[in-house]
Amino acid sequence: MLRGKAFKFGDNISTDHICPGRYFHLRSNLPELAKHTLEDVEPGFCTMINPGDFVVAGLNFGLGSSREHAAVVIKMAGVAAVLAKSAARIFYRNAVNVGLPILICDTDKINNGDELEIDLTNSIVKNLTSGTELPVGKFPDVMLSILEEGGLIPYIKKHGGF
Amino acid sequence: MGKTLAEKILTDNSSSDAHAGDIIIARVGLAFLQDGTGPLALRQLKESGLEQIANPKRAILFLDHAAPSPSRELANDHITLRQFAEKSGAQICDVGEGVCHQLVAESYANPGEVILGADSHSVTAGALGAFATGMGSTDVAIAIALGKTWLRVPESFRIEVSGRFTKGVFAKDLVLHLIGKLGADGATYKSLEFSGEAVGNMSMAERFTIANMAVEAGAKTGLFPTDATTQTYLDSRGRGASFLALSPDPDADYERVITIDASSLEPTISKPHSVDNIALVRELAGTKIAQVFIGTCTNGRLDDLAVAAALLKGKSRHPKTRLLIAPASSDVLKEAISAGYIQTLIESGAVLLPPGCGPCVGVHQGALGDGEACLSTANRNFKGRMGNPEAFIYLGSPATAAASAIVGEITDPRELM
Repeated sequence: MLRGKAFKFGDNISTDHICPGRYFHLRSNLPELAKHTLEDVEPGFCTMINPGDFVVAGLNFGLGSSREHAAVVIKMAGVAAVLAKSAARIFYRNAVNVGLPILICDTDKINNGDELEIDLTNSIVKNLTSGTELPVGKFPDVMLSILEEGGLIPYIKKHGGF
Repeated sequence: MGKTLAEKILTDNSSSDAHAGDIIIARVGLAFLQDGTGPLALRQLKESGLEQIANPKRAILFLDHAAPSPSRELANDHITLRQFAEKSGAQICDVGEGVCHQLVAESYANPGEVILGADSHSVTAGALGAFATGMGSTDVAIAIALGKTWLRVPESFRIEVSGRFTKGVFAKDLVLHLIGKLGADGATYKSLEFSGEAVGNMSMAERFTIANMAVEAGAKTGLFPTDATTQTYLDSRGRGASFLALSPDPDADYERVITIDASSLEPTISKPHSVDNIALVRELAGTKIAQVFIGTCTNGRLDDLAVAAALLKGKSRHPKTRLLIAPASSDVLKEAISAGYIQTLIESGAVLLPPGCGPCVGVHQGALGDGEACLSTANRNFKGRMGNPEAFIYLGSPATAAASAIVGEITDPRELM
């Protein structure tokens, strides 16, 4: 069970917003790279969140480049899960592969600062502030198995393949 | 029910009878990494404990995004990639050889195979009839090790293009128009499949430009059927034997059909800060441009440099507008030198950058200043993309770029043709 505050973003947050290209040289220094997470949308984001909080976004979260670093730095910044109305294809897959839960739901029903409780196993998102429960889109089985193992690498280590 | 191109290729590369919506395990014919995504992929590969790679001749590492290296950190990443290639037998394309997608097209991609690249513009090879798609570092690392990946078979949109481009209108204008029509997430998870009279008449360079930008509408891949143009291109690269005739079944099922009359299009431009923010070039005439960049996996090919050189011949760039040129590969550079395009471009005041990604990703070779606007032939204009969140990026064709470099403002190329 995850519990934390919602940090709200708009539609079409690209991987350039999440992990700007000007920090390309920090890609082999992930803790440093993570300090710049989402700074072009919300300067100081990393100092504002508490571990366990949630990124809550609108449509097409994570569009653009395939840089998996975008999913990695969100996780390293302490974000427990991403909730969005929809997600770009590569980011969605990357998030699951690095063990960052990503849930598709109607995020219009969440305001900035709302307290949320997420039951990953049963795909339930509760907005404790408004007292509502949000239906969540289901993962394909293969993705659910990968997420349950904590990402693609632990999955492959355990199963030896797909 | 017949099959789309995506369903046909994925059936041929798996043990499944692939239909849209199915989850399949596909054989990966080619897998590649670049210098921005490669180091993380290698770290994940090491972590996975998989020591052998499935097919070293079909695993390629490209040093193109930060090449030549602008910093110590990135030079060290390059060392990591070279050492892996040496140890594993994987192929390496080093600094100055060109952008990964151009080199994949020139030397590696085969019609009818599944290609995974740790770069979103891996869709470019769809122009050759390969199911080419971008994924993250971990997915591609595992594909390199196992020679396999899991895929959801996409639904397809058929993009039917009729008519011919009028003077001053190019493939880039068409694909920008299409993305404006679909929206930045209008084709998420889908395969775009191009067909129609205009598509049959297109050169390979035009097809690469269009396939390259399929991902800007969220698509998983952008596929072209193969034909005599494909065969001629592969022959010209000494790879004619890899040709495979590919077309969708006449009764294939498409989720959407979009028709575009190429003859009705005008020079088109994408405005800051999203690719689907489309306007006609003439509607933005007069917007001051500090830098023009002609290059990238979208529009850095010989045909693109030819268009730019024709417009710039005997003319100069505007004194307040920088003009940067990066050929997409060293072969493109050599051919452009032989054809005299490079001489023309340099005489017009252009700066020649090495073959590679140039300033597209904001790493080096032309970052923008605060408040500056750039007209680029690249594929993305997100805030901060070219190294500065306080700058503005417009995307257009090489003709629009060259015309705007001459005038110093966004200019409809038809005015100078």
